[in-house]
Amino acid sequence: MGATLTDERADAVFGALADATRRDILLRAMGGDLGVSELAQPYPMSFAAVQKHVAVLERAGLVRKRAAGRRRVVTTDMDGLRDARAVLDHYEELWRGRVERMHQLLGEDALPSRPDEPDPEERA
Amino acid sequence: MSAVDITKDLEHATLVVTSVFPAPPERVWQLWADPRQLERWWGPEPYPATVVDHDLRSDGHVSYYMTGPEGDQHKGYWRVLEVEPPTRLVLVDGFADADGEPDDDLPTSRTEVTIEPLDDTRTRMTLTSIYDTTAELEQVLAMGMEEGIRTAVGQIDALLAED
Repeated sequence: MGATLTDERADAVFGALADATRRDILLRAMGGDLGVSELAQPYPMSFAAVQKHVAVLERAGLVRKRAAGRRRVVTTDMDGLRDARAVLDHYEELWRGRVERMHQLLGEDALPSRPDEPDPEERA
Repeated sequence: MSAVDITKDLEHATLVVTSVFPAPPERVWQLWADPRQLERWWGPEPYPATVVDHDLRSDGHVSYYMTGPEGDQHKGYWRVLEVEPPTRLVLVDGFADADGEPDDDLPTSRTEVTIEPLDDTRTRMTLTSIYDTTAELEQVLAMGMEEGIRTAVGQIDALLAED
C-alpha cells in the first residue's frame, strides 16, 4: 500500500514531533542551508542539546545531514514527514466513512413510512 | 450533505472528529450502544463488522470481527473505560488475534466520544482519538483496509506553515 512507515519509524516520528524545539528545527531546516550551530543560535540551550534534538530528528528520518562545500547542513526530509502524515490520513478517511454511515443510518429514521399517503389532517 | 469536520494533529497523533446530527442525543447514543446499529457503520468498506460481545459498561468488553472481500476475518475489541449514556463514552480500540485476545503487536487508540444537544433538534458528536504511537501503525496500513493512501505535499506544507 501507499505508505511505508515501519513500527520503529512511526514511534520515532511521533516521538520526534512531540517536542516544540524539534518542530521548530524541522521548520527552519526546510531551507536546507543551515548547519547545526546556526540552527542552535535562537535557542536558550547548549549546542550539545540542540545537536541531540537534531539527532532525534535524524533517527526519525525527518532530517538529513549533507555536505554543502566544506560545511555540513541539515535538511528536512519531506518524504519522511509525508510518511508520518499518511498514517493519520488513513485514520481520517476511516472516521470520515464511519460518520457518513452514521448519518445514513439516522437518515433512514427520517424517511416517512408511507410516503404516498396524504396527510389525514389535510384531507379532512 | 453530511458535514464531518476532522482535525488532525500530527504532533500528538490525534484526530478530532466533529459532526452534527439531526437527532436527539439518545438516538446518536444508540449508534454506539446498539450492537446491530454499530455493525452498520463501524467497518470500513468492504470490511463489514459483526459484533460478538457488547458489554458497554465501565471495564466492559466489546468484541467484533470484520470480514473482508476474500472472506478474511480481522478481529478487534474495545476496552470500555467510561460510559455515561447518552453523553460520554471512552474506550480503547485495538486489534485481536485469531483467538480474540488483544494483539499487542498492533496499534491501539484511545477514543473519547462526547454527545451533546446543540438545540431542540440537533446533536453534536465530538470524537477525539489518540493513537498509540509506540505500536506498529504500519501494520494497519499493510492490512489493506484502505484502498490507496493519498498524501498531499500541500497538506504538509500547510501544516508546517501553521507556525
